[in-house]
Amino acid sequence: MGEIVAYPAFWIVAALSIGIPVAFLVGARFLALRLAGRSQGAATAAAERIVITVPRVRSPWKVLRDLALIGVMATGTAIILVRFMFGLGAVTNLSDRFALGFWIGFDVMSGVALAAGGFVMAATVHIFRIRRFEPLVRPAILTAFLGYLLVIAALLVDLGRPYNVWRPLVHWQYHSVLWEVGICVATYTVVLFVEFLPVILERVNQIEAVTRRLPTVPLYRWLKKVSIVFIILGVVLSTLHQSSLGSLWVIVPQKLHPLWYSLYLPVFFWLSAVAVGFAMTIVESNLSSRAFKRGLEQHLLAELGQIASVVLAVYLAARFVDITARGAWPRAFEPTLQAATFWVEMALGVIAPMILFAVPSLRRNPKVLYGAAWLVVLFGVALNRLNVSWLGLLSYTGNIYSPSWMELVVTVTLLGFGVLAFYLAAKYLPVFPEEGAHETH
Amino acid sequence: MDDLDKARISRRDFLKSLGLGAAAAAAASLLPETTALAAEAPAGPTWGMLIDLTRCTGCNSCALACKEANGLPQIPGKVPAALEADTYTFVEAFQVANLRGEIVTRYVKRQCMHCLEAACVSACPAAAMHSSGEGPVIYRASRCLGCRYCEVACPFAIPRFNWDNSITPTINKCWMCYERLKEGEEPACVAACPTGAIRFGRRDDLLAQAHARIASHPDRYVDHVFGESEVGGTSVLYLSDVPFDRLGFPANLPLVAPPKQTEKILYKLPYVIFGMAAFMTGTALYTHRKPAVAVPVEADAATDAPDKEE
Repeated sequence: MGEIVAYPAFWIVAALSIGIPVAFLVGARFLALRLAGRSQGAATAAAERIVITVPRVRSPWKVLRDLALIGVMATGTAIILVRFMFGLGAVTNLSDRFALGFWIGFDVMSGVALAAGGFVMAATVHIFRIRRFEPLVRPAILTAFLGYLLVIAALLVDLGRPYNVWRPLVHWQYHSVLWEVGICVATYTVVLFVEFLPVILERVNQIEAVTRRLPTVPLYRWLKKVSIVFIILGVVLSTLHQSSLGSLWVIVPQKLHPLWYSLYLPVFFWLSAVAVGFAMTIVESNLSSRAFKRGLEQHLLAELGQIASVVLAVYLAARFVDITARGAWPRAFEPTLQAATFWVEMALGVIAPMILFAVPSLRRNPKVLYGAAWLVVLFGVALNRLNVSWLGLLSYTGNIYSPSWMELVVTVTLLGFGVLAFYLAAKYLPVFPEEGAHETH
Repeated sequence: MDDLDKARISRRDFLKSLGLGAAAAAAASLLPETTALAAEAPAGPTWGMLIDLTRCTGCNSCALACKEANGLPQIPGKVPAALEADTYTFVEAFQVANLRGEIVTRYVKRQCMHCLEAACVSACPAAAMHSSGEGPVIYRASRCLGCRYCEVACPFAIPRFNWDNSITPTINKCWMCYERLKEGEEPACVAACPTGAIRFGRRDDLLAQAHARIASHPDRYVDHVFGESEVGGTSVLYLSDVPFDRLGFPANLPLVAPPKQTEKILYKLPYVIFGMAAFMTGTALYTHRKPAVAVPVEADAATDAPDKEE
């Protein structure tokens, strides 16, 4: 232990791992109070609402839940610290025969897919101009932006030499799928920030001290004017890397189980990302409706479900045609882990939600709609990505990898930071439309 | 393989059916047709090694010479038993039946195969894995992100990672003693081999030699030079009197280099970029057009929408 303490890196990382969450919480709280003091008009009303909602009676169950969450997140932060002190081998079950694990298979692969709501909703409202969905766009973009930050965080923990993460930006490798994914994820994260910037500016522009010194008001107007360019850019970038996450596994024809290995993996990844973009918007709307005790645009969400059912049907047909064309069906009826998990993925994650979304009487039931959306998220996409990057490879490598408890805790920790960031952003920024207020554009 | 071929033929149609129109194709044709590739098969003659398993006595001189030449740590009195981060080559022993059904002991020297079109090179996002163009596939740590995608991509499970190194782990594998090659020397393992089981030279010459040996002793050798066409060809070639799948050589390897598959997909991306951008821009222009009639119905619906909330 003494040796570790001697590293300056130890103290830096320790300070950061405690400092970042604390600064995050304190900063957000401070900003909110400051805004409450300085702002005028509508913002004062908003600030009053914040002040009023803070002192509330907390049930013991909720206190316990929060304490448990804090415990897990502190443990996760410590594990990340250990990883940077002793190497990936100290905390993961990874080995040379199974070099990419849960952090890539779930945090990165599913993380990117589950953030697809950002480009899907932005395209629906601003490109296809189905403007009744407008209230859902900002939360979707926020989810996507935070999702990508989490993906990058997970990647930095997983990379052996994270300080070299910028190198793909300099050494262009047209033939590397991973290079293309890296470039797109980096660029798209910036695009998402630009797409979300107006939300921040709307609040910032209420502070006279800022607007007097900085050109944030003209910036806001300019962003509003050119936003469509960034939205189109976002759709193109998303299409590229959502699909390319599938292409990543095209290089292992002899390793990946034939139920998943296909040259059309990129097409499947893109289709399922679009479907889960809608499903994730339903899930995220329900979650934030509970957290903020606000109404739910139920008729809009049902419509999203309807669209998702069409996308799921196309995806299902494509998968079935592909498996038929490659003659891989016999492999789906073998007594193997892969066959079992394939059917769970298809039945629970694709076919069931497709039906639930398609039948009008079912999707109008809020609970059914919410449940079906979760099915797509958990089984249709998260399990699919794990099947491709983990379970589908085990038939070749043998049963040599399953995530260690520490890998799982780190994943939960990063998710926890993401949810916390979403909560704070949604609370202090105009992410959700004011209830009953007029639309601004 | 048949599946792959079939799938490839129809991919163009498949992508077309995704709605990427003629405009996209026209726009994409403005781009250079192909980009020069680090992963492409080297054009000129390249270096290689021919390992004749019938001549190997399992003396381990090669493995120890490798440790010496590359400054890798050794455990006194012990010979390497597996590829490790500090072991680039080792000799694996097998008790197997040969073609005549006799049980024999055979020794297989394992190391990086130095694929002509290496999957690791094609996979690497920062050109840390690099094809020297002369045969050896080399690794440049200074560029490496430590993403380990090369380990996933490698069809022979060769690269090794320093799992216990906190922030400066590297990928470790045989580099065919590229520095020695440049100075006109043979790789250390070749120089150390007392029986001539490992030959070093131009890959073309070695391949011809291998086939000549098979032709002159058809009763002794399996009629197959491993590495001649596996994964598009490797710089390291093997001759054997025991079928290769009994000696731990991967059996289901594609004869097409794996990078060929991904590159075909990657080279479709310009069409996807221009197609998607054109489609989205076109749609946006259409939906944002100035209405011919004064008030669009759509706008009213949008203004009403928030009122419908509970």
